[in-house]
Amino acid sequence: MRIKEHPILSFEYEKEINFVYNGKQVYGYHGDTIASALHALGVKKLSQSINKKRARGFYCAIGNCASCNMVVNGKPNIRTCVTLLEEGMIVDTQLNKGELL
Amino acid sequence: MLKTDGIPTKKQVLSRFPNEELLDRPKAITECYEDIPCNPCSTSCPFDAIHIGEDINKQPKVDFDKCTGCGICVFNCPGLAIMTVQVIEDRATFKIPYEFLPYPIVGDFYPGVDRSSKVICDALITKVVINKKQDKTALVHVEIPAEYIHEFITIRRP
Amino acid sequence: MIYHDLVIIGGGPAGLSAAKVAAEAGVKSLIIERDFKVGGQLVKQTHMFFGSEKQYASTRGINIANILIDDVFNKSDYIEVMTEATVVGLYSDNIITVLCKEKYIKIKAKAIIVATGASEKFLAFENNDLPGIYGAGAVQTLMNVHGVLPGQKVVMVGSGNIGLIVSYQLLQAGVDVVRVIEAAKNIGGYKVHASKLRRLGVEIKTGQSIKEAIGKDCVEKIVVAELDNKWEFIEGTEEEIEVDAVCISVGLSPLSSVLSMGGAQMKYVAFLGGTVPMIDKHHETTINNVFVAGDVCGVEEASSAIVEGYYTGLLVSERLGFKHPNHEELYKDFKNQLANLRSGPFGKKTRLGLKEILR
Repeated sequence: MRIKEHPILSFEYEKEINFVYNGKQVYGYHGDTIASALHALGVKKLSQSINKKRARGFYCAIGNCASCNMVVNGKPNIRTCVTLLEEGMIVDTQLNKGELL
Repeated sequence: MLKTDGIPTKKQVLSRFPNEELLDRPKAITECYEDIPCNPCSTSCPFDAIHIGEDINKQPKVDFDKCTGCGICVFNCPGLAIMTVQVIEDRATFKIPYEFLPYPIVGDFYPGVDRSSKVICDALITKVVINKKQDKTALVHVEIPAEYIHEFITIRRP
Repeated sequence: MIYHDLVIIGGGPAGLSAAKVAAEAGVKSLIIERDFKVGGQLVKQTHMFFGSEKQYASTRGINIANILIDDVFNKSDYIEVMTEATVVGLYSDNIITVLCKEKYIKIKAKAIIVATGASEKFLAFENNDLPGIYGAGAVQTLMNVHGVLPGQKVVMVGSGNIGLIVSYQLLQAGVDVVRVIEAAKNIGGYKVHASKLRRLGVEIKTGQSIKEAIGKDCVEKIVVAELDNKWEFIEGTEEEIEVDAVCISVGLSPLSSVLSMGGAQMKYVAFLGGTVPMIDKHHETTINNVFVAGDVCGVEEASSAIVEGYYTGLLVSERLGFKHPNHEELYKDFKNQLANLRSGPFGKKTRLGLKEILR
């Protein structure tokens, strides 16, 4: 759900950025963070809690709370709310503590 | 009540209106009922008609002899708490701040609402002014039956 | 090891303002910002700011951000900006360690201004970790920076200025704000914000809070209930509201952990939002040459953060041996501006809180 017209701001959805989310080809726009691009696609569940597997989404949007941690290009614990979207990124829901090695 | 639901009492509203006979020219109604650190209404008025003073927490006081109802304070107020009103016979014209899209259409009627958003009358849009100086706060000129001048505050959005 | 005269941790309104005044005095500084852009929380504030002309009253936050950023970039021979750089340590002798795009950098600074701001508090209620429940600031970022809607039907929890302002911004983005709920008996923020919402049809209910969120992988409805005088839920007053997003706006907490790490004397002061450093009247902490400005030493409005930034920029410059050409005049002016901003009823908590940390 992207805002089309706004009384104060203007949004230009110019440059499309293609990326992969859980194996699916999706896209966002230049300027998006990974989390905002996923949100625009209707994806609200970004990670899950380690033990009880409770769904988690983003909360603080400034890189503080770690609810938005996902695996990006194979690296876990990436705070997707403060990470800019880049062409060809491979983004996966982090299912556990993440493999560092 | 203002502190529990944001709605001022009738007494508070009336305290911001000038004497009726002054309303043949548009006048600014400053519905700022709280001491907050803020003074752009005063500093933006080209006629020096709004006084706050050194202590910027004081509520604004309008000098209705100087006020021309130009509306500059209306789009400068960060709280969107000011409007102008003018009464000619049985019709009242308001200039209200408006920050939504789409802008209302000139010549159309919209529901006019009171401070609790209850519809009280039909409101005719007579002008929509938006220029660079206003920085995205449009000034909408609205005409309503004069009997509602103390109740009317804005139009219901389409 | 990299050496700098002045390192400013945080590129929000306080940090940018400090760098500007320091540059005017001839001090070269480095601003370290963990986000990919500077401007702090101002970059998503679409509303007009309060205060007076000196604090850009009536100017939209996004435009104030641009003014402050321009001020800094116009002095690029004095001010260096490092973005996507997180300060991960503050050690004795004012050594700062930074993680910047996978590089670990060590910096020794003669003086440091910590301007790290504050972050949203959480609220404890059942299932408060469900996706779709956001901090109100996060919703602002989604909407105003990225143009993405958080949902279609929202309840705002908290009626302080942030809650009221974000509710209005949600309406501007085309979202239905079903209700603003406030635990206290009275609305917390400026009443002009509340009045704006009421005339636009948004219900405001005080003495109410959120008890539970319900939903499978995302919030689908919430249960709210009334509170008694002891802040306990009153049985039988539960009400279910269908929503697809909830905003929690229950205050901000200073991001002061870097100071705790550095060994500054800290104190928990509720009126200032959380744990803050003890400071003297020049905003110096108990660590020599480490100063603070902005929300990190007490949550207020951006107007105060800007002036505190100017103030500490001025004083740190003097400490470093670069007295600003208008030092005395500006010192008085900045102190006056802060006193003015805080002298009204809304400044009472700040005044009391600051007394507690003044050493």
